[in-house]
Amino acid sequence: MTEHTTTAAAFRATLARDLLIAYKRKNDIVNPFMFFLIVATLFPIGISPDPQRLGEIAAGVLWISALLAAMLSMDNLYRADYEDGSLEQLLLSPHPLYFMVLAKNISHWLVSGLPVVLASPLIAYMLNLPADAYFALFMTLLLGTPVLSLLGSIGVALTVGLGSRGLILAVITLPMSVPVLIAGTMAVQQTHNGAPLTGYLAILGAMLLVSITLAPLASAAALRISIN
Amino acid sequence: MLTADGLFCERDDRILFQELSFRLGEGEVLQVQGSNGSGKTTLLRILCGLHDGYEGEIRWYGEAIADQEENFFASLLYIGHRVGVNKVLTPLENLRWGCSLQQQVSDSTILAALAELGLHGFEESQCFTLSAGQQQRVALARLLINPARLWILDEPFTTLDSDGVAQLENLLRQHAQSGGSVLVTTHHKLSLASLEILSLD
Repeated sequence: MTEHTTTAAAFRATLARDLLIAYKRKNDIVNPFMFFLIVATLFPIGISPDPQRLGEIAAGVLWISALLAAMLSMDNLYRADYEDGSLEQLLLSPHPLYFMVLAKNISHWLVSGLPVVLASPLIAYMLNLPADAYFALFMTLLLGTPVLSLLGSIGVALTVGLGSRGLILAVITLPMSVPVLIAGTMAVQQTHNGAPLTGYLAILGAMLLVSITLAPLASAAALRISIN
Repeated sequence: MLTADGLFCERDDRILFQELSFRLGEGEVLQVQGSNGSGKTTLLRILCGLHDGYEGEIRWYGEAIADQEENFFASLLYIGHRVGVNKVLTPLENLRWGCSLQQQVSDSTILAALAELGLHGFEESQCFTLSAGQQQRVALARLLINPARLWILDEPFTTLDSDGVAQLENLLRQHAQSGGSVLVTTHHKLSLASLEILSLD
């Protein structure tokens, strides 16, 4: 008789599978990143190339670009699995769906969120972000982008069964992301003005912990409804 | 082992089935028949716990499935219309994941199963390069690997060639002989000893 897998092994297998799929479909990795670069570049063109003004809006620009990039890549999360039946197999695994969803969310963040975080100092330089705000920006994006992936996952899970989704995903997900956006941009601005960063990082860290514990449960429930 | 009592299901104000009862014992194969749109797939999805728009009772060894989901899912192998094969991954990678949801499995076991289903030489090809029948075979390879006692198969014969049909029938026969149960929808005439037929018309 063969051994049944532990939940940890199923978690690892799901994470490895999603990363492998992203690696094989290169555009999953490249598209959100390029989108991020392009959106961030549009602001100086559209508003003003004046370094002074750019420096003032840089944090907001980077955060909004990161949010939109996360949005764009969201659909990859469950769509292909829904269409080829893998999602049904995932729902029928004997392991808690929470961990399977969490594995997929982590993979999504590693593929679409992490590159954006790593590239953010470069774009910040282009937008003339004040030198003392770099660390705050990097840290808030590092804590905030996983929250965006986790929250977005709920929206995708709710809409994956719909034939024509259009903008509905953005309408569901963007309002949920507003608190993260506020905390992120406030942190960068306030530390530039001399306030300590730790308080904001604590708030973002708390948001991350709450979404790690609750968001996958909501995604799992939404997936069960969508597959019904 | 699997019993259903007084199942009722309607979809879009149309009653698909009502007062549907059956019992699937160990070593039995139950073929669900019915015309297109008669609710065969819906019935299978209800029995797997994927669809909850029904009334009635479904029991697994005498206990409601909702009370023992983990136990039930560990003994269930479901292959639906959408077979659960990712097109970007290779058959080997697909099965590595698909099987690891339920049991630990080594690559050599997977390769042997693929070879037995005539996919030798395709283990490392991405699945979008395979034909529909070959993709179906990738999914069916799980039957050889997974020790699940209950198989629920939705139209598993559709894209197979005649060799594949014979091979799958053989698999069903062996599974029943070793005490497993099969619930299958197909329009194909099965020639199995322990076959029962459930008609939805």
